[in-house]
Amino acid sequence: MFDLVILVTLLGLGYFFGRYYESRHYKSIFRREAEYQNILIVASRIPPVTEKPDASLLVMGSVVISVDYFKRFLASLRSLIGGRVVSYESLLDRARREAVLRMKKQASTMGADKIFNIKYETASISKNARGGIGSIEVLAYGTAFIPLKA
Amino acid sequence: MIISNMEIIPGKRIQEHLGLVQGSTVRTKHLGRDLMAGIKNIFGGELLGYTELLQEAREEAVNRMKQQAESVGANAVLNVRFSTSSVTQGAAELFAYGTAVILE
Repeated sequence: MFDLVILVTLLGLGYFFGRYYESRHYKSIFRREAEYQNILIVASRIPPVTEKPDASLLVMGSVVISVDYFKRFLASLRSLIGGRVVSYESLLDRARREAVLRMKKQASTMGADKIFNIKYETASISKNARGGIGSIEVLAYGTAFIPLKA
Repeated sequence: MIISNMEIIPGKRIQEHLGLVQGSTVRTKHLGRDLMAGIKNIFGGELLGYTELLQEAREEAVNRMKQQAESVGANAVLNVRFSTSSVTQGAAELFAYGTAVILE
């Protein structure tokens, strides 16, 4: 009985706080994505020959993000029947976009306007060994081009 | 020292390739941060302590790579890649590698 109370409390906390953090995070992501729209991100390995930047530098952004208890519970239920795990999809989406935004922020403080050859690196940092994603780290890195000063 | 994850630097010619340089570091977080992360695992959200830890560790790996590049007389490291692996429970290895070159 006591165990059940704890479980329900954790699920409730996870549900409400998780929803709150996620909606707040998405709001901030949308805002900053609009703010850094002027920085172009390109995944191509070789820049076009017309590009003649003043300098090129490595920029990176990383974030460690954790899923809440409620979503982890949902995912463990989902793993019984298989299929799309929607609760983890938003986690990965948020982490990737946040990492790119941090990279863009670093690029904008250096005065860059384009980032070439962007790569993603995702690692799962599972605290509990009982499987499950738990928390993930996403690193985004690329080469920022700083244009010539006119 | 120019660090870039592209194979070329626009407007500069590569004079000499000096081979692979690398830097790595193994880090673990302290108990307090671990505890906070455990609590955060219930509520969800960003684990700031871990983000900082991994950022610092990655900078350290890049610095070691730079040192190695300097010791072979390079002035740039191109095609830099990062890799992360967890060695044991709670410890992560951060690894950076690239090609040391001399640019004109």
